[in-house]
Amino acid sequence: MKKLLIALMTTAAVLSVAATAEAADKLKACWVYTGPIGDFGYSYQHDQGRLQVEKALGDKVETAYLENVSEGPDADRAFERLAREKCKIIFGTSFGFMDAEVKVAKKFPKVMFEHATGYKTGKNLGIYNARFYEGRYVLGQIAAKESKKGLAGYIVSFPIPEVVMGINSFMLGAQSVNPDFKVKIVWVNSWFDPGKEADAAKALFDQGADIIVQHTDSTAALQVAEERKLHGFGQSSDMIKFAPNAALTSLTDEWGPYYISRVQAALDGTWKPDNVWLGIKDGAVKLAPFTNMPDDVKAMAEATTKKIAGGWNPFTGPVSKQDGSPWLKDGEVADDGTLLGMNFYVKGVDDKLPQ
Amino acid sequence: MDITVNILLTIATAATPLLIAAIGELVVERSGVLNLGVEGMMIMGAVGGFGAGYLTGSPWIGLLAAIIVGALFSLLFAVMTLSLATNQVATGLSLTLLGLGLSGMIGTSFVGQPGVRLPNLDIPGLSSIPVVGRLIFGQDPVFYISISLTAAVMWFLFRTRTGLTLRSIGDSHTSAHALGIKVIRYRYLAVIFGGACAGLAGGHLSLVYTPQWVENMSAGRGWIALALVVFASWRPWRVLAGAYIFGAVWIGQLHAQAFGIPVPSQFLSSLPYLATIVVLVLISRNKRLTMMNTPASLGQPFVPDR
Repeated sequence: MKKLLIALMTTAAVLSVAATAEAADKLKACWVYTGPIGDFGYSYQHDQGRLQVEKALGDKVETAYLENVSEGPDADRAFERLAREKCKIIFGTSFGFMDAEVKVAKKFPKVMFEHATGYKTGKNLGIYNARFYEGRYVLGQIAAKESKKGLAGYIVSFPIPEVVMGINSFMLGAQSVNPDFKVKIVWVNSWFDPGKEADAAKALFDQGADIIVQHTDSTAALQVAEERKLHGFGQSSDMIKFAPNAALTSLTDEWGPYYISRVQAALDGTWKPDNVWLGIKDGAVKLAPFTNMPDDVKAMAEATTKKIAGGWNPFTGPVSKQDGSPWLKDGEVADDGTLLGMNFYVKGVDDKLPQ
Repeated sequence: MDITVNILLTIATAATPLLIAAIGELVVERSGVLNLGVEGMMIMGAVGGFGAGYLTGSPWIGLLAAIIVGALFSLLFAVMTLSLATNQVATGLSLTLLGLGLSGMIGTSFVGQPGVRLPNLDIPGLSSIPVVGRLIFGQDPVFYISISLTAAVMWFLFRTRTGLTLRSIGDSHTSAHALGIKVIRYRYLAVIFGGACAGLAGGHLSLVYTPQWVENMSAGRGWIALALVVFASWRPWRVLAGAYIFGAVWIGQLHAQAFGIPVPSQFLSSLPYLATIVVLVLISRNKRLTMMNTPASLGQPFVPDR
């Protein structure tokens, strides 16, 4: 039933792209989102990036977007529709759009395609991603300082490398402050379900965690932390308004600068397919202002952020895997390939990774 | 002890919206109408409730608005299926789609705004009794509404003349019509009641459960409520049992995960659905009784001949 609904909604979404009058000298830039732009999370942040493009490049561009496009075969039609509607550059913002974009990019060699968080490229298809794990290391350090019990609750969606990478980086950060730091992990098998996220937060708090971290998209968990007078971190966008006393910081995505540079390149005729993985130093991953913590913790968090911006990688050895076997030697830095395919925990994570 | 109380409170919060929406749909289906638009009415109630609460600053006005929005939205379904005799399945589905889209549009300016929260009941003295105090006297107001509503619907359907008439319409609208019962009028009222309940359930989501507005925040709860009605074989107390079993297993599996029980999380996440189906199938094994409870003219359009 849900599949059918999603299919119907996609169709509706595809049909609803306004056929705007074509101004000859304007470049049309288009976006495809998997969620609603009203999720105040992942898709919302991408759309903020689109709005920044409009603001920065003014009447040199016009933009369009499709939201709620389901991943999989339906995505083909969404991309094809945009390409036919004279979009010159198209950004697909979700991992699941990968094959659709590869296919449609071949069909429309003159259109420039960009795909977020994937790994397949083409003659007119570039990829971009953000190093969220860099921010999660800082969250880990703050959590270890701020947790009185040395125990964090971690709400996660699906066991994909992106998420596992985040858990590991968080733990490495926490262990750098408190080597005995523990984390309890709950998988809710959804990116976005406020009710489920709130329930998971309650369960974790009930079991003794006093700080909450999430890799899901809504503000629900943070609101539970606020109610219980405990602490947590926001995700994707700055969520301080929802938890003025509980939010320590938020790990936010900032796509605007990248989008502006790419659309500008398309305008200048210098666009080439790219393969970038942007981090804190590029401004794509940002930590919202540090709040509700003592000055020394804040200073530490700021120093670590600066260190990472300076090029230091949180995955720098010595690091052991969960079973104690060595992974990175002293001073060895994990290569991007391993990170992007990460399917194991580091030492100290007390959970079994669902396979 | 404290953790047990906390778990029970969490279960009640998770079960409440399912129970309210399902009880409303039960009355609708007992009258012989199948409204698949529960999800759409719920999300409309959620956005209406959030919006009214946010703009006026009063969660109670929000709750009232949620009920009204749900009822008004269901009126659309009633006019289409009852007065114009359209296909109920198709109309219900489109009501859900319309609700999801429309609520997103209405809610654009509410995204990212902290809303208001309906406060928990707090009776000085009583609410601070250990264990039972918070369970009986310290929950959110909608919880009490949901329980009273279930009792009221049970009494109405099986202990009043009007309830009997409603059920007879669900079983055979032609016979009821022949007896001079105003079939369409009854069905209108039933559908509107169902819409008000779904709206209230949505209001619970955006004013109590997770006080915020985000698109699609009902996340399929309307569909679960619909399924509960069928599995509960149209008996109110079974809907209550189903909603609480669902909530209990769902919260239980979260605790199992946090506790570190080495069972795949995907399996644990599917447990609430499995457990609810198994239990409700077991309690409705009696075929004759199930047949008796199924509204015989469910989903069939009725056009009275003059």
